[in-house]
Amino acid sequence: MRRALVALALLAAGCARTVQVVTPPPAPPARDETIVLLPGPDGKVGALTVTHEGQQRTLDAPYAAARVQRQGTLEDGGRLTAEQVQQGFAAALGAQPPRPVRFVLYFLDNSDEFTPQSKLEITKIFAEIAGHPSPEIVVVGHTDRVGSLTYNDALSLRRAERVRASLVQMGIRLEQVSVAGRGEREPLVTTEDEIAEPRNRRVEITVR
Amino acid sequence: MRHGFGVIAAGILLVTAGVAAADDVGRVKVVKGGVAIERGGRTLPATVGMAVQEGDVIVTGRDGAAGVTFNDDSLLSVGPDSALAVDRFAFDTTTHAGRFDTSLRRGTLSTVSGKIAKQSPDAMKVRTPSTILGVRGTEFVVRAAPVAP
Repeated sequence: MRRALVALALLAAGCARTVQVVTPPPAPPARDETIVLLPGPDGKVGALTVTHEGQQRTLDAPYAAARVQRQGTLEDGGRLTAEQVQQGFAAALGAQPPRPVRFVLYFLDNSDEFTPQSKLEITKIFAEIAGHPSPEIVVVGHTDRVGSLTYNDALSLRRAERVRASLVQMGIRLEQVSVAGRGEREPLVTTEDEIAEPRNRRVEITVR
Repeated sequence: MRHGFGVIAAGILLVTAGVAAADDVGRVKVVKGGVAIERGGRTLPATVGMAVQEGDVIVTGRDGAAGVTFNDDSLLSVGPDSALAVDRFAFDTTTHAGRFDTSLRRGTLSTVSGKIAKQSPDAMKVRTPSTILGVRGTEFVVRAAPVAP
């Protein structure tokens, strides 16, 4: 055993001597990356795939973390606490813009006029706008499934444009409002094709 | 003279009103400390209401932090000593199809994904110096230490 150790030491010394004439390889680039999945405000978590040089990890639990450090391998970062995340990422989290807030407006039957409840919603929209820096209002029209996809795309956009006109009349600046039509793609209530459904004939307004 | 000044003032108002142009992909909502946007070789001081475009790099100083809301309702914000490049942003407001690629070159990033990631799970990616993050409709934070010289 002792002899083996001496032999190893000699071997190492020999190696060291030869290494001295060869320029050492460049140090690997300094790496220190941390990725942490967070729960949303409702507590729900999504998923995040982290890929590094052919290795992959999926984060799908609240506060699950992945790390790449100097060694250059993708490692399990365990689970962090909410406090650790708040401490480590305070400035970035503190600079998060306000979350977009969504309102839904309905029309009286065969009319451009909002239902009384929707008129109330509009006052809430104005209050929300006041709380957003450089506020943008996005008006998105929706239809039910009566008619073709193309027809409903055009109809939903017209609906959104009508609402934009109303909002501008109420004092919102035209350049703050953008419009889009989602046609029949995003029904509130799922129906078969060609089924009339008033709850799907709506306009959604997002303040962001 | 008085008239001339009025015309200039009106021009400035138009610029600062944040009129949405076709190539605007988002808007600066939060600016703290030193924040700049690098665009086409120029460095512009970032202000609240400023439009963000594809190709922009958002850069913060030692005391800086910034938050941007993108057109698909994604919220991205960076802490101090950070650089975030908006490599690609395409969003169809009717179908919600699109692509959203950003790169965190250094610093810290907080992300709340929006409609692009919700519509198609592989459409939003965040790159760091060592990793590619595929966003499946979610919130997360990332730290990438600056690469040593």
